[in-house]
Amino acid sequence: MDNSNLVLRTKLIDRMFHWSMVSCFTLVALSGLSWFFPSLNWLGYVLGPPQLARVLHPFLGIAVFGLLMCMFVRFVHHNLFVRTDLIWFKHIIDVLLNKHGQKLQIGKYNAGQKILFWGIMSLISLLFVSGLMIWRAYFAVFFPITVLRLALLAHSVAGLALILLVIGHIYMGLWVRGSIGGMISGYVSRTWARQHHDRWYEEEVAPTNPLHSKRSG
Amino acid sequence: MGMQSQDIIRRSATNGLTPLPQARSHEQEVAKLIDVSLCTGCKGCQVACSEWNDLRDDVGHNVGVYDNPANLSPETWTVIRFDEYEDETGKLEWLLRKEGCMHCAEPGCLKACPSPGAILQFANGIVDFQSEQCIGCGYCIAGCPFDVPRISSKDNRAYKCTLCADRVAVGQEPACVKTCPTGAISFGSKAEMKDLASSRIEELKGRGHDGAGLYDPPGVGGTHVMYVLTHADQPSLYHRLPDNPHISPVVRGWKEWLKPVGALGFIATLAGAFVHYMGVGANTTEEEPPVDLPAKKLENADQDSAQNGRDA
Repeated sequence: MDNSNLVLRTKLIDRMFHWSMVSCFTLVALSGLSWFFPSLNWLGYVLGPPQLARVLHPFLGIAVFGLLMCMFVRFVHHNLFVRTDLIWFKHIIDVLLNKHGQKLQIGKYNAGQKILFWGIMSLISLLFVSGLMIWRAYFAVFFPITVLRLALLAHSVAGLALILLVIGHIYMGLWVRGSIGGMISGYVSRTWARQHHDRWYEEEVAPTNPLHSKRSG
Repeated sequence: MGMQSQDIIRRSATNGLTPLPQARSHEQEVAKLIDVSLCTGCKGCQVACSEWNDLRDDVGHNVGVYDNPANLSPETWTVIRFDEYEDETGKLEWLLRKEGCMHCAEPGCLKACPSPGAILQFANGIVDFQSEQCIGCGYCIAGCPFDVPRISSKDNRAYKCTLCADRVAVGQEPACVKTCPTGAISFGSKAEMKDLASSRIEELKGRGHDGAGLYDPPGVGGTHVMYVLTHADQPSLYHRLPDNPHISPVVRGWKEWLKPVGALGFIATLAGAFVHYMGVGANTTEEEPPVDLPAKKLENADQDSAQNGRDA
């Protein structure tokens, strides 16, 4: 296969963080939904009988939190908002209507992805803290019932919001062809990179192309 | 509990669209009436409870009060509370209360429970935990307005007074009622117990207990364990018995409001994504034929980026 048309977008270590987190998150989210919507009780059986699911859910939740914190360290510098993100916001309708053409000066991640990044990171932190508080086997005994009730509510709200965000994230991956393959192999095509992340391509991919002299600064 | 001799009117985590077994419509609501003015604090009820229910709690420590064990636990389903109270004239009263599950008509534990069938409310009013369905999440503890359920560290399951559902099902009174030597605990239909309470309250009022009254709190739809209190105007004197118990608005918001909103959120998100895909189609990339690198284009790109500058 001719790799010259492909550029590395996500390193192996980052893909490993992402997909191991996805595996744990799927199990945690489905079991969590089984308790929030008892009519969907069967979702919880991904972790075995309900009693076992209740035991495993918090441990897997900690794994999700830990892996997301690794991803935070790896990805945060790409997800700080910059002035050119305003261009993306101004053209959000065109973006959603699949109208390509203008250069939106999108860096490695677009402004929507940055919102997703900060949404996921803040919601998982809220889930982590509230989840520890309501963890009956270890920590719930240290909190008064009024605080536990609020923590339960916060845990449910944050869990719902996170799952809805992730559904949006999955949809975007399905919609934008090449994204999921890119997150698995790590590589995207040059055209894909130029089309979806023009500024990233121009500033970071093209300058480091071996056929061109490296730019400094 | 394998026995099924009572109709079920509520089942935890079960959709209201599917009716519960309720063909037998003649079942009477039962109630336990505890007359605190007759209680001597002998703890016979605690012993009878442990004996009938095969509970053997660990021997605890004396913490300087007569409450023994010091609190409800997975293996102590009832405990006599001893509270000292001094009225305005400085007269000391010892207020005793047999604490345990109140068997609410609108049980907060059942509302909060996420495990289908782990908590049942029978037509006779008894609210019973079905231990084999319990997952040990502790939501019932958050739901209860009376701080009654306890999770066992031995098996991660919640326990509380069953109102001796197994005895009541075969026409017997609860073990505590059977054993009480002063007749402070009575058991019968809820209507009978209310009648009994009103005659006792009249008697108490006649003896100078002006505040005497029945504790059958309407905030939880009434209870199937009721108290005759000598200070019914101040229930909280009796070891923090709630003046107006009700399911916390936080729990209600979580179970009654957030659940439908969350369901709508899911439907809207999934439908929105699907409609978007149908309307807009896949966001594809028109790949150029994989020939030699388009060097010229890249040079242009470099120029562009030089003009645009870099982000921070």
